[in-house]
Amino acid sequence: MGFYRGHVLVCGGTGCVSSGCREVIAAFQDELRKKKLDQEIKVVETGCHGFCEKGPLVIVYPEGVMYCRVETADVTEIVNEHLLKGRPVARLFFTEPLSLDKIPRYQEINFYKKQKRIALRNCGYIDPENIHEYIARGGYDALAKALGNGGPATVLAEVKASGLRGRGGAGFPTGTKWEFCAAAPGDKKYIICNADEGDPGAFMDRSILEGDPHSVLEGMMLAAYAIGAGEGYLYIRAEYPLAIKRVQTAIAQAEELGLLGENILNTGFGFRLRIKEGAGAFVCGEETALIASIEGERGIPRSRPPFPAIKGLFGKPTVINNVETLANLPQIVLHGGAQFAAVGTEKSKGTKVFALTGKLRNTGLVEVPMGISMREVIFEIGGGTFEGKKFKAVQIGGPSGGCLPESQLDLPVDYDSLTGAGAIMGSGGLVVMDEDSCIVDVARYFLSFTRKESCGKCTPCREGTLRLLEILERITGGMGVPEDLEMLEKLAISIKSTALCGLGQTAPNPVLSTIRYFRKEYLAHINERKCPAGVCQALFYYRVDDHLCVGCGVCAKICPVSAIQGERKQPHHINMSACVKCGACVERCPFHAIIKE
Amino acid sequence: METVTLKIDGREVQADKTATILEAARLAGLQIPTLCHHPALRPDGSCRICVVEVAGARNMAAACIAPVAPNMTVFTNTQAVREARRTNLELILANHPLTCPTCKRNLNCELQQLAHDFCISDVPYNGRRREMPQDHTSAALIREPEKCIYCGRCVRVCSDLQGVNALGIFNRGFDTEVGPPPGLGLADSVCVQCGQCAVFCPVGAIYEKTAVDEVWRALADPYRHVVVQAAPAVQVSIGEALGLEPGLPLTGKMVAGLRRLGFDKVFSTEFTADLTIMEEGTELLGRLRNGGALPLITSCSPGWIKFAEHFYPELLENLSTCKSPQQMFGVLAKTYYAEKTGLDPANIYVVSLMPCTAKKYEAARPEMNASGFRDVDAVLTTRELARMLHEASLDISRLPDEEFDAPFGIVTGAATIFGASGGVAEAALRTLYELVNGQEMPTLEYAPVRGLDGIRESSVVLGETEVKIAVTSGLATAREVLERVRNGEADYHFIEIMACPGGCIGGGGQPICRTCDNRGARAAGIYQVDAHSAIRKSHENPAVKQLYKEFLGEPYSHKAHQLLHTGYTARHAY
Repeated sequence: MGFYRGHVLVCGGTGCVSSGCREVIAAFQDELRKKKLDQEIKVVETGCHGFCEKGPLVIVYPEGVMYCRVETADVTEIVNEHLLKGRPVARLFFTEPLSLDKIPRYQEINFYKKQKRIALRNCGYIDPENIHEYIARGGYDALAKALGNGGPATVLAEVKASGLRGRGGAGFPTGTKWEFCAAAPGDKKYIICNADEGDPGAFMDRSILEGDPHSVLEGMMLAAYAIGAGEGYLYIRAEYPLAIKRVQTAIAQAEELGLLGENILNTGFGFRLRIKEGAGAFVCGEETALIASIEGERGIPRSRPPFPAIKGLFGKPTVINNVETLANLPQIVLHGGAQFAAVGTEKSKGTKVFALTGKLRNTGLVEVPMGISMREVIFEIGGGTFEGKKFKAVQIGGPSGGCLPESQLDLPVDYDSLTGAGAIMGSGGLVVMDEDSCIVDVARYFLSFTRKESCGKCTPCREGTLRLLEILERITGGMGVPEDLEMLEKLAISIKSTALCGLGQTAPNPVLSTIRYFRKEYLAHINERKCPAGVCQALFYYRVDDHLCVGCGVCAKICPVSAIQGERKQPHHINMSACVKCGACVERCPFHAIIKE
Repeated sequence: METVTLKIDGREVQADKTATILEAARLAGLQIPTLCHHPALRPDGSCRICVVEVAGARNMAAACIAPVAPNMTVFTNTQAVREARRTNLELILANHPLTCPTCKRNLNCELQQLAHDFCISDVPYNGRRREMPQDHTSAALIREPEKCIYCGRCVRVCSDLQGVNALGIFNRGFDTEVGPPPGLGLADSVCVQCGQCAVFCPVGAIYEKTAVDEVWRALADPYRHVVVQAAPAVQVSIGEALGLEPGLPLTGKMVAGLRRLGFDKVFSTEFTADLTIMEEGTELLGRLRNGGALPLITSCSPGWIKFAEHFYPELLENLSTCKSPQQMFGVLAKTYYAEKTGLDPANIYVVSLMPCTAKKYEAARPEMNASGFRDVDAVLTTRELARMLHEASLDISRLPDEEFDAPFGIVTGAATIFGASGGVAEAALRTLYELVNGQEMPTLEYAPVRGLDGIRESSVVLGETEVKIAVTSGLATAREVLERVRNGEADYHFIEIMACPGGCIGGGGQPICRTCDNRGARAAGIYQVDAHSAIRKSHENPAVKQLYKEFLGEPYSHKAHQLLHTGYTARHAY
């Protein structure tokens, strides 16, 4: 390996790939070659940096200068100015949304400043396809330490001491789960990595697998060693081809170095890993459905108990851990459970990765210490809502989670506070909504998702989610009746308490939490036939203000269904029976004469 | 047995540690409503009607599948429980056609019963309903997917008890479908038409294709000579179908009822069961002596035959070439009987009364026309006979006992026991033992082959040979035996296989019983009829002897071959 005076790290996460990072990488390589800098400066395609919205991201080391939305056209300038002359290109710096300050070093950006990266510690720093870069950052030290001293019980004790809870949604204590499995009788045991990430907008697991696959492999080996498993499966959804490819590469490299396979590090411990591609059913993230899917059965959940820790894959004791949970493990084992437990709150230790999306300035992937307030995450890290738009709600926990209003924003982010407020930590989806979002429509959207993803096995989920959706559609369609609210609540509570698996048990959360915090908005839809956010098409119409309209005819021309008529230079009018409420006329009218009511 | 103590509704209950909450509650005399649960099937926990509250648990548990735990506290009858059950019931009803009076399962429907018990007066959801076409492709069964409530019982019985896997679950969520592979009708699938799905379905989503209307029309036709053959299992189950005690033998009253329905002659399939013993016994001895394909496997059960054709085509040469008693009867009715009575066989209409749905399929098989006509014209199940008796307002319990007509009503106890699993083997032994060893079996009741479940093995010395026998019923169990035969791990000479668990008394055309508990009573009824029979050995049936003398010559004769034997067709699984 040669010595380089500088590194150009280009984010190669899926987000940045879509925005063109591959071309940027090629341009850098070309340009460096042309300038004969290719032996001095190395271009590395890393995993996700998290700030996908500003991608393609380029970070130049050793300075740590970050460039946002870099295009191939910018490359020559960066090479000439920064890499040759040492003058960073200020126009590509990140601009803080409120202060408008241009910030060169990424650690000083609010988006990164408040983060604490344990699970994501390597994401964006290393080449995920090179095991040596992982090892250089302390990778596989935890495994060596575990295999070297103390034996499985020590690993288990450290994980218990860390207080780590499952990051996949329900927050079950990881150490306890392992303990059950370790104690369960069985000639064979399995460890499964659940990478069937399916919440709309969530991409924590994908980013970790793409950006730091070895941390997950090492986590699985530690888990396997602790519970006595010799075989493991990574259940990765097939929609994540890049993650699958990087994990395949990582497995091959680990096998080559003898870190995976028989007699690892000469300790007698053997471990084999297989990848199973999921076929895209959301419910396969549920552990019993996931097991059925690996076994080749229809991916539907079964009743628990028996829990997989006792009777899981092929009837054998099995631990299923989420990607993020596993990525935390090497750090816990290496530095001790106590150090991990020092971060976070009393009952929620460590950090949590969130996928920050929706109507806010800085979207992307963030890892924050547990206990941080939702307000800090949204307004300081996320930069708040856009200019002139009022924050309305944050949906946390994906389709299984809930919608929290402004009044709940000072809530600490931990498992129990969120559950108490009617949401859940979930896998870490955070969708921010501003005043332009209709809360009933949001509930309707999530129900349309869960109803489609219901496996159809149990009555409440199969039939009930559709009925919930139908009532919500009735309300957003302007046909709601006063009894609908009570019916929604009653049905939602029943589904929650009687559904067979986690999908059904949490599917009503968006309905219950929005009714809890936004009852007025429901009532406006039902009683006043009004959608305050102006989203529900059936509940608003457009009207031309006679005083403002000058009869220019632009609206009539743009209307796709010819619903607007009028004489030239005379006020126009809209034929509501023909209008499809597309809003094109509103956008085009130079005189703001078309009013939405 | 290791037990645990738990508290259900305030009372301490001891239960086996592997018991479910439902089983523990029933031990304590508490009933919990169920729908997808069936005691003969592995629990599924999908309908969520049996939900109960468990102290300390976040959500309710499905009692049918949730195991008991030490010191568990369960509440089966709280307001929350009742409301949750009611909501789930309403959700099912909201997607179920409420056409009860015209449904085949009216007054015998578990969903209807629950709606009644919960006093549901209105279904609050009037949204989308599933729309799916009916499936009439099968000769034996009709599927009405719109009535399906997704309990999955048919799928479980088809796969777990029958090992056929013709039914499965497809699509997801509200669009879930239960049935044969998408795009295929039941007739195009590997369905063996055993009808167990119809017996296990709690509602009217799958049921027999009825022949009642055709039979009524034939009976009303003055130019038709309508004869009926009653299979042995029907006499002990028709009472149950009419609401009487299960297993009660009502042979004489059934005959009286059939006569009053207008059948010109009332015969018994037991006659041709005796004939089967003569043919199949001869076949077995022939194969033992001349080195034919062994083991010889019985061929009375048409569900089993179709199963073998799909899944064990390489064992088809092991099957007895004897037609089933039903088909032997049909061909003889239109040949021997027609000759004897001078009737034109074209005007003879043969109805069979069977505990079986697969018999409808068998009667319709294209090769079943050795008489020159379709040998059996219509097949009625026990359930359909009950329906006809209801329609004719006939209460057979009030009728005098009457005798079957001669000659095909002259039967033996050996033929009666064909109705229960093990009966064919036992009947064959009664005859073969005596014919080969020259003396009557030490005891005619041969216990080693009797029973409802599992695989029963025994051996009997016939002459010089120790003949090894296996008896099994239910096709999943049959698979175990057949796998051993296929792999050369078994050295049986004779195997009796009946498609339905327990044999014909557990057939797919039998009265629908929520628990399958009545199979024991029905079998007991069968053995009771045998014990009281004047003649108990097939070779002593005087009418059978006369048949050979007047018409067939001897067992396995050329004529017998033409009329009473058949061949099989290898079919692909898919």
